[in-house]
Amino acid sequence: MFLVIGSNMTEAHPVAATFVKNAVLRGAQLIVADPRKHPLADHASLHVPIRVGSDIAFINALMHVLIKEDLYDKAFVNSCTVDFDKLKEKVMEYPPERAADICGVSPDMIRDAARRLASVKPVMLCYTLGITEHTCGRNNVLSTANLQMLLGNMGVECGGVNPLRGQNNVQGACDMGALPNVFPGYQPVTSADARAKFEDAWGVENLPDKNGLMIPQMMEGLVDGKVRAFYIFGENLANTEPDIRKVEHELASAEFLVCQDIFPNETTRFAHVVFPAAAWSENDGTFTNSERRVSRVRTASKAPGQAMPNWWIFKQIAKRMGQDWASDSARELWDNEISVLAPQLCGIKYRRLEGDGLQWPCPDEDHPGTCFLHKEGQFTCGLGVFTPVEWTPPAEVPDEEYPFVLSTGRRLAHYHTRTQTGRCEGLNDILGEETADISPFDAADMKIGHGDMIRVSSRRGEVQVKANVTDQVPKGMVWMAFHFRDACANWLTNPAFDPVTLTAEYKACAVRIEK
Amino acid sequence: MSDNMFVLNGREVSFDPGQTILEAAEACGVQIPTLCHLKGTTPTGECRICVVEVQGADMLVTSCSTPVEAGMQVKTESPRVVTERKKILEQLLTSGNHNCAISGSDNGNWTEFQLQVQKNDASSELCPVWGDCKLQELAYQYQVKITPSSPQRDYYPSEMANPMIIRDFSRCILCGRCIKACNEVQVNRAISMGYEGDKAKVVTPGDHPLSESDCVFCGECVQACPVGALVEKKARHIWRPWETEKIRTTCPYCGVGCQQLLHVKDGKIVKVTGVEDAEPNQGRLCVKGRFGYDFIYSKDRLKTPLIRENNEFREASWDEALDLVARKFKEIIRENGPDAIAGVSCARSINEDSYQMQKLFRAVIGTNNIDHCART
Ligand code: SF4
Ligand code: SF4
Ligand code: SF4
Repeated sequence: MFLVIGSNMTEAHPVAATFVKNAVLRGAQLIVADPRKHPLADHASLHVPIRVGSDIAFINALMHVLIKEDLYDKAFVNSCTVDFDKLKEKVMEYPPERAADICGVSPDMIRDAARRLASVKPVMLCYTLGITEHTCGRNNVLSTANLQMLLGNMGVECGGVNPLRGQNNVQGACDMGALPNVFPGYQPVTSADARAKFEDAWGVENLPDKNGLMIPQMMEGLVDGKVRAFYIFGENLANTEPDIRKVEHELASAEFLVCQDIFPNETTRFAHVVFPAAAWSENDGTFTNSERRVSRVRTASKAPGQAMPNWWIFKQIAKRMGQDWASDSARELWDNEISVLAPQLCGIKYRRLEGDGLQWPCPDEDHPGTCFLHKEGQFTCGLGVFTPVEWTPPAEVPDEEYPFVLSTGRRLAHYHTRTQTGRCEGLNDILGEETADISPFDAADMKIGHGDMIRVSSRRGEVQVKANVTDQVPKGMVWMAFHFRDACANWLTNPAFDPVTLTAEYKACAVRIEK
Repeated sequence: MSDNMFVLNGREVSFDPGQTILEAAEACGVQIPTLCHLKGTTPTGECRICVVEVQGADMLVTSCSTPVEAGMQVKTESPRVVTERKKILEQLLTSGNHNCAISGSDNGNWTEFQLQVQKNDASSELCPVWGDCKLQELAYQYQVKITPSSPQRDYYPSEMANPMIIRDFSRCILCGRCIKACNEVQVNRAISMGYEGDKAKVVTPGDHPLSESDCVFCGECVQACPVGALVEKKARHIWRPWETEKIRTTCPYCGVGCQQLLHVKDGKIVKVTGVEDAEPNQGRLCVKGRFGYDFIYSKDRLKTPLIRENNEFREASWDEALDLVARKFKEIIRENGPDAIAGVSCARSINEDSYQMQKLFRAVIGTNNIDHCART
């Protein structure tokens, strides 16, 4: 059985969705909890159309029913978790009747979902950015973990909490320590031992010991001058961050902006120096997918002009700043540095990656890799801790002036700001422009026809875009993507962030539509 | 004989309960040809090329759909089997525009036939899958020669009206693999078998073009098609198997990390297929993974370092651009300390690049101001 929440898998992770659909064909149950009746919902035995941003209330109510009706996994809860009482106290405040009001679904539907979840084992829970891209994103994630622990679906094959990572190598970029608080392999920069280890390995002294800035803080630093130089590698921040006008103001304020990319884009317009980089299939390397599988990327063609591999560019800068690094290929970087320094990756070497790759943790060179985590109830910190969370509404909710909720995401044929897919023959023919998806109710109400030009505006900006009238979208909602610059949803989105992760609330803001 | 043994071509071998003859034979290294059979989907026995002889049975049986039984005596290449396969192959070959060299090229009709096919193809080339066609392969193996004649039926016109896939009904052998791929592997439910008898055709609901159907252009059907009836538009007549090198790699788009085979000709990717039996995707790809490769050849690529001067970019050498960046960084560190510099790494690029960038920031610049869009 699957519970898919906040994930439009068939479009955002199409091949993963095929395996879910295969299981459904073989008789597995599928519950989809999502405001939109997206294509995967067509395969579901139950679609729970919860309102945007009501995930915590929904999950708390599920747990309420599980505890009230004595349907949870007591053996697992007793032996593998702590703080059940705290959880119980919190979720008792969420009877299905209360959650139903918040979520916009019937109390019976919530009970039905809870009973179904308790009836089968294991249940695999999958989520994507519908969970994380909220001001309560971190709490949403905790909720999903609470639910799975309560159901005893942790540490078993086909169970667990499975985030499908948005981009091909987000997992890898985290593993590599491209984060302000950890070195490669999640070793905290605040730990003296970790610093000593890396100082030794890199031949330097005094590695910085306090956490650095996260992207939104960096961007703000550009305006107040705390950040004087900003180095953007391969991101089109001017289109991908919420509230384009604000972002462009920030980028324009940069005293010294370095961009390293394969194409000129909206962000490179603000650069002082642009480095041309080699692209996918123009150099060797590795990606790490959502299953923590490290797979090889291989060279097929030559980079154009003077474009060079990214690692080479960083190495040259280091050299000019006084450090001569030894590794001179991606393979040397991996085999001699990364896999030596990150404990989870110690057993992974290029020669072992010829076939299907390896899933970390893989602590030594005879280790076969690890398919699923928390085996037999073993969590990194011993027992699984229940962390009760309170539902909070999105930072901006519909009101009289802006009566619709806008939610955003990706569509099948394109990827992000289309710097790549927009340049592939044929993909623009499949999807050539942005649309604003609205429900047949609202369309009829406002006399908007399919394909009519409409204006969608928020407190931050407005776009002119074609209406796409579809019953995938519920009443009161507008859904858009960010693939096309002119009608990019990020002219509208709200730069409100989760207080801990600083992830922006792309999934909910208030908008108005006009004909 | 114990109850998990049967006799295959005179040799006693074991099988697992529930295995078909085809699976059990494959498991002990005996190849039986197939056309309509698609691994992992329910067998139909449609094409009958996989027939084998089972002692005691009057008719030849299709090995893809017949379960093995203990003590069964099976022959996979008996004269009866070979004769039957030849007959099937002849029928299939004459049923369509199979204008590769397997058709009797010494026959006078050949040229005329070939010219006609090329006219239909709007191309001066041979069949686009020459050298990568299961029917052609089997025709060689079983030494089947046919005399090309004028088409026996009116073919449905080819469908070119979508950006990705050419559906050439004149080469379709109606094996149904594409239908299995679409309905049982990708579960997109875009196509099925339509019309009766010799009007049969693979259709979308209402027989509309793919672009007006539920088709999501995953291309699974193209990868499954054993002949040249479904081909990638972008690769048609550019890709020839003997001119290309196959390189395995990982898809650059989403977090599934599908394994791809890049078909590379003269240093350029001309087509992409999924790596069969590989983790995590078992040969499957989506529209981006299969068709989203040619951006790297775009004329818009950045090709030289650029430096802004008087609000315009000018081309610069690597040395000049790198020197400028290093100088500016050093100046800022001197004046305001390392925390006045910040960087964002790329969640699309390889691990080694992200490692190297955080190392630059931590070990050289001296700040932890390094992030990427980890949460989006
Ligand atoms: S491309 Fe994919 S969705 Fe379209 S017909 Fe083929 S298998 Fe089906
Ligand atoms: S298009 Fe190809 S796969 Fe589909 S029925 Fe015809 S020959 Fe078989
Ligand atoms: S082929 Fe599609 S599903 Fe697979 S990794 Fe690429 S984008 Fe994701």
